[in-house]
Amino acid sequence: MEFLSLAVESIFIQNILLAYFLGMCSFLACSKKVDTAIGLGFAVIFVLGITLPANWAIYNFLLKPGALAWAGMPNLDLSFLSFICFIATIASMVQLVEMILDKFFPALYHALGIFLPLITVNCAILGGSLFMQQKVDDPNINYTVMHALVYGVSSGIGWLLAIASMAAIRKKLRYSHLPDGLKGLGITMIMTGLMAMAFMCFAGIDL
Amino acid sequence: MASASKKILMDPFSDNNPITIQVLGICSALAVTVKVDTAIVMTLALTSVVTLSNLVISLLRNVIPSGIRMIVEMAVIASLVIIADQLLRAYMFDISKQLSVFVGLIITNCIVMGRAEAFALQNPPKESLLDGLGNGIGYGIILIAVAAIREFLGFGTLLNKQILPDSYMGNGLVLLAPGAFIILGLLIWLQRTISKYVEE
Repeated sequence: MEFLSLAVESIFIQNILLAYFLGMCSFLACSKKVDTAIGLGFAVIFVLGITLPANWAIYNFLLKPGALAWAGMPNLDLSFLSFICFIATIASMVQLVEMILDKFFPALYHALGIFLPLITVNCAILGGSLFMQQKVDDPNINYTVMHALVYGVSSGIGWLLAIASMAAIRKKLRYSHLPDGLKGLGITMIMTGLMAMAFMCFAGIDL
Repeated sequence: MASASKKILMDPFSDNNPITIQVLGICSALAVTVKVDTAIVMTLALTSVVTLSNLVISLLRNVIPSGIRMIVEMAVIASLVIIADQLLRAYMFDISKQLSVFVGLIITNCIVMGRAEAFALQNPPKESLLDGLGNGIGYGIILIAVAAIREFLGFGTLLNKQILPDSYMGNGLVLLAPGAFIILGLLIWLQRTISKYVEE
């Protein structure tokens, strides 16, 4: 039940794109076609679902203050290294996922194409890990690896929902007449704003 | 200053602005703009990171093998961001708490990576430094403009000084996510109308 409410919260209420603005660059660049938007969305779910538990393990067992107690160094605090470790994990995980997909699921690999490597620099992925780090640091929350997994996958689903619906809207928008300066980026931002407003209605859900 | 270097420095202010024209670095432009002071600190952090990373990568451009250039760039950028983050925590703890994860997210801010790839890898150090500085400032102009509008309409203040009378209720919508999207959208419209840029 706890995990269900965490999932609903991170898909709808605290949507990683519409409430925290993460992953905007690829959201704006890849939302012109519905197919590519959905392909990218699934790749994001996949990578978030893998990197969050991996980074959780790295942070919990290597980096956070006192984490190296098992190695006989209880006073060591390596948390300042978290940025560089997280981004290295993300980059290598993306590489690994790419190789596994290429070997065992070539159809999916070709469908995702260029988007997989680009995910390394998608801020939604690093942002997810950094939010996870904040929650692990919070002494009031017992944040387990399951929380990290559920949070990762459902943030990815929230991102997929946002980019897929934006791609659908932009497809229809091609037939409308807009002022020159508003074409492209301008109108997309305003529509994202309206979508964010719609998603805010979910904030009333009592969990 | 020679006109070529002046062009490199000034172009990103408006005609080739990183946010409104190149569409880079939008995430942080929205997230840290509730108040002007956080926007200014974020601008300083990003400008110093992009300037220094451009300089370092430009100095290294002839020794980086092209196959692993992304990893080298990432390592340079991530180390600079760690330094910036530690400095903010040491000297501006309150603001660094408000910026929360967004300082760390400078690593994946497309402006830094984009300028390194598109400019610093092909150009000598001095030009790269100017390009980084220009793009940082161009980013800052938009960031501070969005923040000023949001803080003014949302709280009736600017830089935490009260401007509007107490009877002003404050508009909650501009402080929330949708307000940020819509204000940035309108600013992009304004900026593109002035610079006569049309997207295909």
